[in-house]
This record gives sequence, structure tokens and C-alpha cells, in this order.
Amino acid sequence: MNSRAEAGRGGKNVRSDCLVAIELLDSGGITIDLRSKVETLYGRSIRAMVEEMLAFYTITDARIVVEDSGALPYVLAARIEAAVRRLRPEETREFLLPARPGIALSTARDRFRRSRLYLPGNDPKLAINAGIHEADGIILDLEDSVAPAEKDAARLLVRNTLREVDFMGAERMLRVNQGAPGMEDLRMLIPQGPNLVLIPKVEEAVQVRDVYTLIEDLRQRHGITHDIHLMPIIESARGALFAYDIATAAPSVVALAIGLEDYTADIGAERTLEGRESFWMRGAVLNAARAAGVQAIDTVFSDVNDMDGLYASVREAASLGFDGKGCIHPRQIAVVHRGFAPTEQDVEKAKRIVLAFDDATRRGLGVVALGSKMIDPPVVKRALRTIDLAVRSGVLSQTWKEEVQA
Amino acid sequence: MSAERVINAAGREVLTEINGLPAVPYQGVGAYKPAGRKAAPPVSSCADYPSDGNKVLPGLREALINAGLRDGMTISSHHHFRNGDLVANQVFDIAAELGVKDLRWFPSAAFPCHEPLIKHLESGVIHHIEGSMNGPLGDYASSGRMRGLGVLRSHGGRYQAIQDGEVHIDIAVIAAPTSDPFGNCNGVNGPSACGGLGFALADSQYADKVIVVTDNLVPFPCVPWQLQGNHVDSVVVLDKIGEPEKIVSGTTAITKSPDRLLIAELTARFCDAAGIVRNGFSFQAGAGGTALSFAIFLRDMMRERRIKARFVRGGSTRYLVDMLEEGLTDYILDGQTFDLAGVQSMRDNPRHIHTNPFVSYNYHGKGNVASMLDVVVLGATEVDVQFNANVVSHSDGRLLHGIGGWQNCLFSKCTILPIPSFRDRIPVIVDKVTTLCGPGELIDVIVTERGIAINPLRQDLIDATRNSGLPIRSIEALKDEVESICGGAPDKPQFIDNYIAAIKWVDGTVIDMVKQV
Repeated sequence: MNSRAEAGRGGKNVRSDCLVAIELLDSGGITIDLRSKVETLYGRSIRAMVEEMLAFYTITDARIVVEDSGALPYVLAARIEAAVRRLRPEETREFLLPARPGIALSTARDRFRRSRLYLPGNDPKLAINAGIHEADGIILDLEDSVAPAEKDAARLLVRNTLREVDFMGAERMLRVNQGAPGMEDLRMLIPQGPNLVLIPKVEEAVQVRDVYTLIEDLRQRHGITHDIHLMPIIESARGALFAYDIATAAPSVVALAIGLEDYTADIGAERTLEGRESFWMRGAVLNAARAAGVQAIDTVFSDVNDMDGLYASVREAASLGFDGKGCIHPRQIAVVHRGFAPTEQDVEKAKRIVLAFDDATRRGLGVVALGSKMIDPPVVKRALRTIDLAVRSGVLSQTWKEEVQA
Repeated sequence: MSAERVINAAGREVLTEINGLPAVPYQGVGAYKPAGRKAAPPVSSCADYPSDGNKVLPGLREALINAGLRDGMTISSHHHFRNGDLVANQVFDIAAELGVKDLRWFPSAAFPCHEPLIKHLESGVIHHIEGSMNGPLGDYASSGRMRGLGVLRSHGGRYQAIQDGEVHIDIAVIAAPTSDPFGNCNGVNGPSACGGLGFALADSQYADKVIVVTDNLVPFPCVPWQLQGNHVDSVVVLDKIGEPEKIVSGTTAITKSPDRLLIAELTARFCDAAGIVRNGFSFQAGAGGTALSFAIFLRDMMRERRIKARFVRGGSTRYLVDMLEEGLTDYILDGQTFDLAGVQSMRDNPRHIHTNPFVSYNYHGKGNVASMLDVVVLGATEVDVQFNANVVSHSDGRLLHGIGGWQNCLFSKCTILPIPSFRDRIPVIVDKVTTLCGPGELIDVIVTERGIAINPLRQDLIDATRNSGLPIRSIEALKDEVESICGGAPDKPQFIDNYIAAIKWVDGTVIDMVKQV
């Protein structure tokens, strides 16, 4: 057994995180060596948490060094727990702070998923205020953005983030690791009630079914009543080929997403701005998603300074039929929403259909007609969705019906 | 006379005597109006000065000896070079060589480049500083090692103190990027050009002795002459007086933080919803990253709707200069200059008005330009539920910033503080500010990333923005949310019961005091 372990990050350029080092001793009780920029304001509270957690883990003799750069309590707790677990690999007890009330969410299969903001799972700085940017979804990433040696610490931090941080209505999403580590991720994190799990590098339906089976089992055991949706990510030639099987592998799949970085490498192409090399694949995934009745989500746009380029890329994705785009910076979110906003023409058409539908309902008619044309129910549903999107995108007033009647 | 502790009108404990002189406790906004006549410099006679107009002396040492430098004097200097000043440190090095003690340094602002002055505070050459103290000087004063009390004044308050005689300057040392031998000088020309020299205007008019220090001597006349040689006793030429590239301190770059950008955007949208953004309006945005970003969002809004401002108050920056050149504002009123594009434009574009704290802010002026501004956007380290704000100290009580024009700008028609609701784990919205710099009755709106709080005194703004779709919340709700995120209400700093600095209100009264940490 190790007698010393540490977790977290410290140093001059670190913000909102801390480095916790625990050294087990044979005697002498607990000594806490705290260096914190918030010593004056929260030094007492930090020491109290360290003591409470050591008592929880029945550590009686140890020296603890906390180098704190303004970590919030849930971050500090995750780092202490990670250090303890590194000392004691067999430790399974979870130290859970009270969950913040009102942040859990239940989301519909077909809700808007125009923007999903990726956050590196092991960096608390970006997660704390992520909700204010009004993305449709926020992805806590445990996969590519987390170094292999930090997967354990990231899992604890993400767990505490799900319990504490208010994403203000954004869908709470996880991108888990592939294979066995991904199953570990799910075992720890499904009990915290995320809304959606992104499964990376999916090439065959069985990968989705394994995740689905485990999630359903965990949902039952932990009494989670809301749906936990799945979004497989297609990022290989094989994945693209089996996209329809993947989309229909489990009833909780709500969307297929695309990862182009790995795909272009897989097919031996060079990634270009125009994306000719991935055109077939995007079309194939989109078609499979539509055939399976799920959403299709396009890849990320990686130049965070090029907002015009991003907008053009979103417009292109929207015109191809995609429902959403990944975001790697909060400032991309508003541009993505603008890009997915319906055109004026679409809105006008949808308004006429919705008004005709209202009129038919009021008069107790079974069929909706616009002029001499009959309107099918799916068209009405689509028009309602267009109106909803227009209002969300800020191109249509919430009170448009009153304005029409006035 | 002895210093008593009394509670002022803001409920803060203050001393009735500061550095041996009587001090008036704060009485409320606009309540204190001293009577009498303004201060004046000694009568001088032109017969005492060279008839050829050449006042150049061989060096700063000679000029200081010529000005009669001796123990206990008040020496002033200015912050036109911000963190690139090369003159003030030399003044006190010379004073030390001459064996002079107990000087009072009265800068318009001090910067981290003045850290070497700590050795002169330690050795007794400088008794104390009356001016902003940040960085190393702030830590020095906060630790209680300075002999006298620091006195922090706003830019307008500094002018007020000079004008009503609260501070008498014995020797003003003015670093001027271009001067003629008579002492006419400006800040817009020369290798060290820094923009205006407005902060030195009062010193040039009211000090007993005035020394102009330049590294660009031109034949008479120096055009334009921002300061007049008639006030100047001697001129000194040095190799280099400042590093103009350092006038761009860290605070004058646009923020890249997505959260701050959102705050800036919300601020611009608030101004729009409140009906402030209309043809002929005016605004001032300071040098902080969020304030600059606000100006950019405002610019885009003005462009789109073809709205033009009548004037913008600088410090000029590249962004304001672009707006001027694009025709989005008729004029820029410059108090200081924040970057080199601003300096160049002040030199080349006649649509800059070179102002000074007298024109803009002075309590003893017959009116106040700051109160004519439609909207002002400022920073703060803390704001409390009464809308009181702190701009000079950290939440843990250490001195951090000067006041600058901050207090003076609070008199605008709409004062907005765009600030994060917490920084890391440091709450910014608190129940009571650590140090009071601005009374809540003058602070109208707080814009944070978690919502906008409008001062209940501004029912007009509450009504105007009711259906704007903006996230308007009560300041108490914001404070509660911040505390729930940061892990409860923060502990109060434990001070040592020893005052180290006084915070003056714009009228010269003491609004709060800072204790040793």
C-alpha cells in the first residue's frame, strides 16, 4: 500500500482547482498544511471539510497538504476523495456532499439538441459557469480530454459536478470511455441521473446494447425514473457502414453524432475545410439517423476564433438536414443557434399552418386545410416545431399569435 | 488635537484626524460644501526668470535643489505613463542622496513600477504616500509598515484637495514627452508620447515649484502646449522619461473569457432595453477587459441601427478611436490614454477633447461633466446588497487598486457595474463590502453572469426593462446564489486594529478607512 498520494492540480496558472497530497503516518494525528488564496474567507471551511472527510475514511494519522487556487467545495471534496482512493485502491465508499436541489432534469427524446458544449471532465474551471451560456446540452467528457492517469480523478469530479453544478436547463450529458473503463464510468455516474450518454467510437450495435443494458440495470437499482438517452458517436469507416444498426440497437438511442477527426484518419484522408473527404460519411450517418427516426448531430468546428466560418459551417450542416453541432467554446453556442434558426420563409409557412390548425380545432374539424390543400398531422407537428425553434432562436416573438390577431 | 473614532453618515468608523490634520467624516452625497476661497500658489515675478525664456537646468538633482527640496515637503508626480514611469523613482533616489527625510509623495496614481520606493519608505526619505497604492506598495501599506496613513482619493478628489487647500504641493515634478525651454509642454509628441497631461494640470497651477522633465526638448513654442510654461520653474532633459508601450497595462485588453464576454453583452443589451442607446447619447467605459468588450458590443449595436453618440469619454483606446473614425461618435473626451493608438489619434485627430480632472470631475467646479453622461460602465471588487461598492481592496482587506475616476463617474445618469458574481471562490456580491468606496444610492445596475440587479431606487430602469427578456433578479437573490455556490457566507477578514489608509469621498470627507491585515 502506498503511504503517499496526491490528486488535483496546483500552481500559478491553475484556477478553481486544488492539489491535495495525503501522507499516511503511524502516529501524530492529523496535520493540515493549507495554502489558499481564499484563506481569509474560507480557510476555516476548507479545514473543516478536510477533517470531516478524513474522519469519514477513518484516517487518523496523516499529513495533508492542500494547495488551493480557489476550488469550490465540491471540487475540493472530489480531489480529497481521489487522493484517498489512490492511497487505498480497494476503497469503494463515496463521500457525497448534499446534492443541490432543483438541478436534476428530465428531457424528452426529441428535444432540441442544436448545441452541445464539450467540457473536459477533469477541469472544474470551465464547468462552474457553463450553464449561463444556454447550450441545449453540456457534455462532461471523460474520454479524449482526460489523460489516462487522471481517469479516476475525473470520474469523481464529474460525479460531484452532476450533483452540484446547475446547468440551467441544458441537458446533462456524459461522454464515457470505450470498453471496460466506460462501464466503470457508468457505474459511478448513472446514479447521479445524467440525461444522455455519448458512446464514443461505436462500430457495431453490440457496443450500444451493452451500454443500454448496464444503464437500465443501474436505473432500476438506483430508482432513476427519468429517461437516460443514448447518442452513439460514429467516427470510423465501419461505424459509418453500420450506422442504421447502431441507431436502432437500443430504444433509448435518440441521435447519432459524428466525429470526423478519427474518421478521416481511419479512411486515410486528409481533413480539409470543405470536407469533401467526409461528405459520403456525413450523408450516410444522416440517412441512417433519419431512417431510424433519431436526430443527426454534426461534428465540431474547431477554429474558435472564426465565427464567420462557424456560421457558414452550421448553415451547411442545417441545409444537409443535421439537427445539431458540437461546440468546443461557449461563444460558439449563440452562433450555432443562429445557424439553426428557421428562415423567415419557413416561419411564415409554419405560422399559416399552425393558425389553420388552431382554426380547425376551434371549429371541431377533423381535417386541417390551408386554402384548398389538406394538411397532414406530421406537417402540423413539423410546423409547431419550426415555430418553437423560431421562438427559441429569437427570430419570432413568443406572443406572435396575439400580434397576428391584433 | 487628537484623533477620535466616529461613525460617519455611511455607518463606517473613521478618524477625525489624518496625518496630523483634521478630517471631516463623510456626511452623505452632496451634503458637504466647504466655504472660503480656493488655495493659490505664491506670487511670482517674471523678473526672477531668465528673459530669454530658457529655464533648462543641467539635471533633476539641480532642479530639486533649486526648488528648495527639504525635509517634510510634499512632492507630486503623475501617472500618464502608468506602469512605464521612469521619473518618480529618480526623484526620491536624489532626495535620499541629499539626505532629505519625511517627504510626502502625492502621485496621481502609483503602479507596480514604483516598488523601488519601498526602500525610501523604510529608510525614512518618504514618510507616507497619498495616492493609489496597488501591487507591492499596497501590500506594504496593508502590512502596517508605512509611517503615516495612506490617503486614497479619486482623480476628481485629488483636484478638489489641491484646490481647497487640503493638500499643498511644494514641488510638482511633471514628466512631459515634449517641452520647450520655457516649460510649455505636451504629451502627444516625442519618442515617449503618452497622450494627455491632464492629471498634472492642478499641480502646475497650484504647486509652489514646478519642474518639467522631458526627453524631447523642442525650441519655443512647443505646440500644442497642454500645460503652460508660465507655471514652470525649471526644465530638465533626461535620456528617457517613460516607456510608452507600458501605458498599456494589463487592464486595457479585450477579455477572452466567455463569461466576461457574456456579462459585457448583457450590459450592452441592458443599455438598449433601458432606452439609453439612441442618437446623441454619451457613454464612458473604463479600461478593464469587460468594459472594453462592452464598448465593442455597443459599437456593433450602434452600427446595425445607425445610431451615433455625441461624445464618448476615454481614456482613448484603439476601439474608441475606430468608433470615432467610423463616425459612430462626434467626439472623444480624453482624461487619459490607454494605448498607443489612442495617443496617435489624440495627436492627429482634432475630434479629441483633451480634458483633465477639473473639467470632468472636480467637486469644486461649477458643474460636473460626469453627471452629464448617459451611461458609465465601471468595475468593482465587491458590491453589497445595498449596492455599495468597493474598488480599492481585496475581499480579504489588502489594498489592491486606486480609486481613479471611479467615484467621480458614479454621478452619471446610469452607473452600471458589470462584474462576475464570484471569482474562483471569492464572492463579489456580498452582504457588506469590506471597504466602502461608492455609496449604493449612486450605483444603479449590477450586471453579473447570473443575472442583472437593478437598484430599487431606479424604478424607471426597472419599468423600462421589465419585458426585455433580460435576466433581472434581486441583488439578494444573487447574493444567496453566490453564497450557496461558494460554500456559505465567507468569513470576515480579521484586521489588526490599526488604521493604515483613509478613503476619501469626492468632496474630501472620509467615507471609510482601511485597517492593517
